[in-house]
Amino acid sequence: MKTWFKSGQPWIWLSGGAIGICLVAVIGLLLLIAVRGLSYFWPSDIQSIVYVEQDGSEKNIIAEIYEETEVEAAQLRQAGMSVEGDDLIPRYLLKTGNRELYGLDFRTVIQPGIKSISQPEDIVVLERTEWGNFYGYIEHLTIDGEKVDQDTWQALEKQLERADTIRESIHHVERSEIGAINYQLEKLRLKQRRYELEHALTPEVIADLEEEKAVLNQQYSVLMEKLGQLYTEIRKNTVTMREAEGTVKDINIANIVSALQPNQLGVFGKLGAYFGKIGEFLLDEPREANTEGGVFPAIFGTVMMVLLMAVVVTPFGVISAIYLREYAKQGPITRLIRISVINLAGVPSIVYGVFGLGFFVYFLGGSIDALFYPEALPAPTFGTPGLFWSSLTLALLTVPVVIVATEEGLARIPRAIREGSLALGATKAETLWRVVIPMSSPAMMTGLILAVARAAGEVAPLMLVGVVKLAPTLPLDGNFPFLHLDRKFMHLGFHIYDVGFQSPNVEAARPLVYATAFLLVLVIVLLNLAAISIRNRLREKYKALES
Amino acid sequence: MSGTPVMSQVQQPEPKGHSIDMSSLSTGREKSSLSEETICLTANDLSLFYGEKQALFNVSMQIPKNKATAFIGPSGCGKSTLLRCFNRMNDLIDDVTIKGEILLDDENILDKRVNVADLRRNVGMVFQKPNPFPKSIYENVAYGLRIQGINDRKILDETVEKSLKGAALWDEVKDRLSESALGMSGGQQQRLVIARAIAVEPEVLLLDEPASALDPISTLKIEELIHELKDKYTIVIVTHNMQQAARVSDYTAFMYMGKLIEFSDTDTLFTAPSQKQTEDYITGRYG
Repeated sequence: MKTWFKSGQPWIWLSGGAIGICLVAVIGLLLLIAVRGLSYFWPSDIQSIVYVEQDGSEKNIIAEIYEETEVEAAQLRQAGMSVEGDDLIPRYLLKTGNRELYGLDFRTVIQPGIKSISQPEDIVVLERTEWGNFYGYIEHLTIDGEKVDQDTWQALEKQLERADTIRESIHHVERSEIGAINYQLEKLRLKQRRYELEHALTPEVIADLEEEKAVLNQQYSVLMEKLGQLYTEIRKNTVTMREAEGTVKDINIANIVSALQPNQLGVFGKLGAYFGKIGEFLLDEPREANTEGGVFPAIFGTVMMVLLMAVVVTPFGVISAIYLREYAKQGPITRLIRISVINLAGVPSIVYGVFGLGFFVYFLGGSIDALFYPEALPAPTFGTPGLFWSSLTLALLTVPVVIVATEEGLARIPRAIREGSLALGATKAETLWRVVIPMSSPAMMTGLILAVARAAGEVAPLMLVGVVKLAPTLPLDGNFPFLHLDRKFMHLGFHIYDVGFQSPNVEAARPLVYATAFLLVLVIVLLNLAAISIRNRLREKYKALES
Repeated sequence: MSGTPVMSQVQQPEPKGHSIDMSSLSTGREKSSLSEETICLTANDLSLFYGEKQALFNVSMQIPKNKATAFIGPSGCGKSTLLRCFNRMNDLIDDVTIKGEILLDDENILDKRVNVADLRRNVGMVFQKPNPFPKSIYENVAYGLRIQGINDRKILDETVEKSLKGAALWDEVKDRLSESALGMSGGQQQRLVIARAIAVEPEVLLLDEPASALDPISTLKIEELIHELKDKYTIVIVTHNMQQAARVSDYTAFMYMGKLIEFSDTDTLFTAPSQKQTEDYITGRYG
């Protein structure tokens, strides 16, 4: 036993075991959110259930089985249900949809009450722009005022395709064309206000502005007319649906996002629908208080914010590190600064948020507004939380990481290399630029990787300095100057919080929380992989350090 | 260049500082040698302190032009420190104070007003360990020129070829100039570093134990190279290998504990040293 201890074996087992536990924890976490998140998009079969309610009446239910749990009979009896025996009784959570009819998306049933269960092939699931899903059968369609009750499914698919095309045109007109005109009108208003503030609002200027405004308004009314036509076109047709109990409901084709007959689909059909839904999740905008639709603006906002942060933090951190390591006289003051910088990394992130709000948003932003955008006041331009301030706040949060990593990189460059350059008549600055900085660039990238990993996952400070639940426009669009640093943006991390805890329908949104969390991890991994591949290429280039 | 005035100036050195050299020369077999040379570098009463600790004690010496001068002595005797004074490499170390003067072409290079970068361009240096930059072979040699702002491809091409030929490396690398210098052998790297140093056409070339990290064959090549280079450059070499000093140098200085003990032509120093300490060292009694 003693020799076994001396051999070092226990140490190997201990350290190996620690690594094993870490791996299991990380993989388990990823698996959990991946499985829960990704299974959300799978089109499950829809059940038609005949259920005996507690009062003895029979009820037809069309629903998707969402969750299965087992509860003790005694517990159910306590809740006032009449069940027999002491066994565990399966209880199902059903997603019944049809919120406008039932009031709720979900209901629970217990196993003993289920009289019969089947999967009729003609059940249709409609995903709608409002009121959530509709589960039921197609009664008939009304196309151009005429009733169609033959081949209703094919007719519906055709109508949906048509609606999609029209919807795209509507989207284009609303977002790009009308958006651009609104933007220009707002600019004109600000221009007028600026003249007014400068007391230069002469009658000629007013006439000019009015003329421009008239042109824009003319274009606007043309577009509005076009838009009106498109809307009448898309709202023309309806489909009449019958739900489980026989209630009939007219649904406008314009309100349907997609239709599916899941019980008819084979594995490949379901796979197709599955990837379609994932694509929709990644590329669409959110609907219904973020609980439906996609998360594209959040992905875009997250990546945009992180990239901006990287652009700010890298030069700032690298230059500070170069000064600290190369130029500053090494002594107690430098040591104190270095310790302070390292400790900055330990300050809770919400504190940075408060600082960002107080200093960046109110002080800097307020000053910028007063100096450069007086015409927009009292509406703030930069004096309000936005993308730029978020990036700056996170840059401040991550700058210690970049400084520390860069300093280590600089310290690792062999003295001989620097002396070699100096001995050839290079000045210190030339040596830095031509030899030292290129050679320590992999270390800088390491700092950046750590900074990106930290910044992409940070939510708390962002809630104070720029993230919102729903941003009407992306920070990047076709209107000059294209990148709008003052705009608020959406963020995956905040989206998780919002959907999971602030949405009106927490139960329905839970899988979306997992899916979004998984997506956030993926985005961070992708950002990191990009940085790591750059670093590896740099390392390959400057391999001298290993010798 | 300005040989005559330098000579005239150093013909009358302070008797105190040169008492050792002169006496050794006068008793040596080749009386005339050092006094007949054109002098390139002159150190006058040079003392150096690392903080409180004194590393060089009143060193005075004259290094002849276009000859190879070797510094020998036991570890820590100050020979590298002295060498690094000639291109002010010691400036990089904090807390160093230097007293005295070093004249190169009548100019005191220790003067604060001297442009250190220009000085180092004029006084090249090769270090103990090969230190090529992580760039291509071509870019390594062209580095000094690029620093001077010369980016003309034709001039660079010519200089790179001339320097690599000068360092006896051209035939080995002419087909892989664009490959990384880090892929070369240690001996090749050291010759590359020499090529890099002579590319900027310095007047003086300082070699700080240039062969100590190399195998015997590479060492031989470096020594042959020094023989060739001394026609064009003034060479100062620090070595702890006495055979090497005897093989490559025309003049040798023996240093001990920060003091210059004896400086004379190599033959005299190794065959008839005037100082007891020198004799003890070269016969292997210490060091």
